[in-house]
Amino acid sequence: MSETDTKRPSQLFRNLSAKIASVPMILTAVFVFVGGTAWTIFYSFTNSKLLPRLNFVGIDQYERLWAAPRWQVAIENLAIYGVFSLVFSLVIGFLLAAMLDQKIRFEDTFRTIFLYPFALSFIVTGLVWQWLLNPDFGVQAVVRSLGWTGFDFNPLYNAQIVIYGILIAALWQGTGLIMCLMLAGLRGIDEDIWKAARVDGIPTWKTYLFIIIPMMRPVFITTLVIIAAGIVKVYDLVVAQTSGGPGIASEVPAKYVYDYMFHAQNLGQGFAASTMMLVTVIIVVVPWAYLEFGRRQRG
Amino acid sequence: MRFGFSRAVLAASVAFCVTAPASATDLEVTHWWTSGGEAAAVGEFAKAFDATGNKWVDGAIAGSGGTARPIMISRITGGDPMGATQFNHGRQAEELVEAGLMRDLTDLATKEGWKDIIKPASLLDSCTLDGKIYCVPVNIHSWQWLWLSNAAFEKAGVAVPKNWDEFVAAGPALEKAGIVPLAVGGQPWQSAGAFDVLMVAIAGKDVFMKVFGDKDETVAAGPEIAKVFKAADDARKMSKNTNVQDWNQATNLVITGKAAGQIMGDWAQGEFQVAGQVAGKDYTCLPGLGVNEIISTGGDAFYFPLLKDEEKAKAQEALASTLLDPKTQVAFNLKKGSLPVRGDVDLNAANDCMKKGLDILAKGNVIPGTDQLMSQDTQKQKEDLFSEFFSNQGLTPEDAQKRFAEIIASAD
Amino acid sequence: MADTTLDPSAIAASEPYGPRPRAVFSPRNIFLYGTLIVVAVYYLLPLYVMVVTSLKGMPEIRLGNIFSPPMEITFEPWVKAWATACTGLNCDGLSRGFWNSVRITVPSVILSIAIASVNGYALANWRFKGADIFFTILIVGAFIPYQVMIYPIVIMLREIGLYGNLWGLVIVHSIFGMPILTLLFRNYFTSVPEELFKAARVDGAGFWAIYLKIMLPMSLPIFVVAIILQVTGIWNDFLFGVVYTRPDTYPMTVQLNNIVNSVQGVKEYNVNMAATILTGLVPLIVYFVSGKLFVRGIAAGAVKG
Repeated sequence: MSETDTKRPSQLFRNLSAKIASVPMILTAVFVFVGGTAWTIFYSFTNSKLLPRLNFVGIDQYERLWAAPRWQVAIENLAIYGVFSLVFSLVIGFLLAAMLDQKIRFEDTFRTIFLYPFALSFIVTGLVWQWLLNPDFGVQAVVRSLGWTGFDFNPLYNAQIVIYGILIAALWQGTGLIMCLMLAGLRGIDEDIWKAARVDGIPTWKTYLFIIIPMMRPVFITTLVIIAAGIVKVYDLVVAQTSGGPGIASEVPAKYVYDYMFHAQNLGQGFAASTMMLVTVIIVVVPWAYLEFGRRQRG
Repeated sequence: MRFGFSRAVLAASVAFCVTAPASATDLEVTHWWTSGGEAAAVGEFAKAFDATGNKWVDGAIAGSGGTARPIMISRITGGDPMGATQFNHGRQAEELVEAGLMRDLTDLATKEGWKDIIKPASLLDSCTLDGKIYCVPVNIHSWQWLWLSNAAFEKAGVAVPKNWDEFVAAGPALEKAGIVPLAVGGQPWQSAGAFDVLMVAIAGKDVFMKVFGDKDETVAAGPEIAKVFKAADDARKMSKNTNVQDWNQATNLVITGKAAGQIMGDWAQGEFQVAGQVAGKDYTCLPGLGVNEIISTGGDAFYFPLLKDEEKAKAQEALASTLLDPKTQVAFNLKKGSLPVRGDVDLNAANDCMKKGLDILAKGNVIPGTDQLMSQDTQKQKEDLFSEFFSNQGLTPEDAQKRFAEIIASAD
Repeated sequence: MADTTLDPSAIAASEPYGPRPRAVFSPRNIFLYGTLIVVAVYYLLPLYVMVVTSLKGMPEIRLGNIFSPPMEITFEPWVKAWATACTGLNCDGLSRGFWNSVRITVPSVILSIAIASVNGYALANWRFKGADIFFTILIVGAFIPYQVMIYPIVIMLREIGLYGNLWGLVIVHSIFGMPILTLLFRNYFTSVPEELFKAARVDGAGFWAIYLKIMLPMSLPIFVVAIILQVTGIWNDFLFGVVYTRPDTYPMTVQLNNIVNSVQGVKEYNVNMAATILTGLVPLIVYFVSGKLFVRGIAAGAVKG
């Protein structure tokens, strides 16, 4: 893109204003993200309880972490939640966007309806869905009162499926934004491509699958960053909807971190758990982010 | 709204120079007492403190201690402490005291003779570190109570049970009548607490002290605890249809007769009282589950962070003595459903259940609270185990006991 | 790779590019609108239940069906949620938190957007050596769970003397809004035609002059997106609001949590729902008013990778 700048020899004072303007970003990156992360990893090797202390215990915290049944449940839940929420957000978001892109009437109305849940916080989302899914007066009770007395839909109090109850709420809240991103992407596709495809007699679904979607790669990337960041961080929704219950069936890693840091007053254990999360994120994200954002600099 | 921004600026300026307003001092007090009975009780403290010419600024944070404690700790370690804060005494605030962030109250305590008035003495011991006193215990809470709805048993056509075994035997009849036999809320501390209560009732005081006091893993893996797990297995079967989270919602199931019983601390009493129910007539309480009449003496305490502002420091002292004032103690504890920390106050107004508690206390059938015996970390691991045990019928009592023994082995 | 070139002015027209429409009652249209309407009902249902419930009295809620309209409309839950619901001893409902939320949200939104837009501009047009490394760190930072950062930030704020101060919270919001916002602004400014930038350089304009005179005026769509995202995110924040402030500056979400979690006897679902809607009202209004601009802006900020 801006070859003008990158081709010039770089000196300390070249682009000085830009460097000064980037000071907040640099400070944030270095002190908060790198510094905070390093601090966390460092203290994960101590047995800090209520306050951070330099009393090293090697990898004890990690051994305990991986022996904890609750951590295993949390990891499993995150995997299920992550895969399904990624797939469903993308698929539903894309389908809705494709439908809205058919020159339909009331597009604005539909779009607003699909998007509004995003304005509500996860806490609110969790509360509303906790209520809708409450077996005593939510959907189950209503359907039963209509005559189907055998109707059974009680995800929040069934340990086997509770994570899907959370997924329903998460999708309700988040797919609107994904749809908007996808719609924006579709609007960026040149009309001529559609014309050419029609001339060649390629069916619509094939055009989408093999021509349009590959062209929307950049949109999918932005979307992926947003969805994935949300998945790793999922916390409020679980707290508001189930508090991790029934039992420990809907625990997630971020909640383990929080509970052990603050409820259990065992910072070391919480830091070890968060380090595991960070390491996973870094392994997945850094190579990709470098390719995605670092590459162009040389190109 | 009236304060807000200007207050924040003021607070910032206080950090640099000590300003001393001549009039009444505002003292911010944080706590997590927000249920009906709790809020009414804390109102008594505020009233008494305001009467000393100072002003109680209420900093209630809802959602139980787990939500509130990180906020309090962040405030204190972040250098912006409140005037006073609630903690369960015992080991929760240990490190804050060690780090020198909490105020030493020894002088005041000696002057007012706390050692002589606070009963049992273990309460003040929990506030003491290296011979110095750092907190004011305000009440005694005991966990070992079974609350029963008389109406529910009437509906099921069974006599109100007098002990745990009779209660378990009444289970099927209750279920047939569409009543949840035992209400256990979804919050993890409730199932963990219920287990501790079962342990005292079924295995007795000595086993309880060996397991939680001495952290003896062989006892924890032994036959006595196996019996307790057997009882917990009964409890979870009886409670499997409780679809509520909060403890007071579970209590409410008992109040409304939708559930027959609940194992819960004496704070549940406040809820019965707010609902206008009468002990003995509408509900029955069985201390020690009617088996072993022993109660634990945990409770709440107030800590006072070290402040630079002298006016506020004075107000802290005023608050500390107000909390222990006999009149305040009575008014507060009657509303809270807990027992006063002073042996010398008159509790004629106490109801049947509280009187039972006072009796047991007078006889000295007491054990320390689990908060005093174990770290929060161990408690949390226990909570994880028991919330899983109560909701997952697939986890057998034997496996659960094995995991329990492991937790005790690594406990501190 | 085919460049899905997007010139912001073309997006402003926002014309659908899809296949052209056919007869009104074709099977295709029936299927299309049918699906959309079914999905729309699913999306609206929770809001409907919230509104309906908030207008019912407690006896009706206990007996009735959550989907049935109120037999007797009452605004009492709304009044209670706003003005008299209690937390501990404070019985002034959400009203206390509303202005606090405004006082937190306004400076946080302004500061975070100012920083992120300048970052994006520097990254897109004035790339200096190492800039991409910081940017990559920033993007990875978007994945860090906030809870992990609570203590390090308590320490940092304490060291710079801003703990418990409103400005401390504003800085925290600016930090955590930075990754996604910088990404959006960077993508947007990259798509601005190179010629404009070059011409300004030839005229001798510097970093700030180009930013203020050329970039800002043509960036309305992306600023709208940033404002919407930040208003929503900051207004809805609970964790930072509760940890980095003090009770007299608690935002509305903290009061909402307090009201919803302070169960006084029976859970008052109607008051909870009214409180929930009141808390969500500001971001909801922002969405309903600016929905169209949102899509346009997103198109401009997200499409270019």
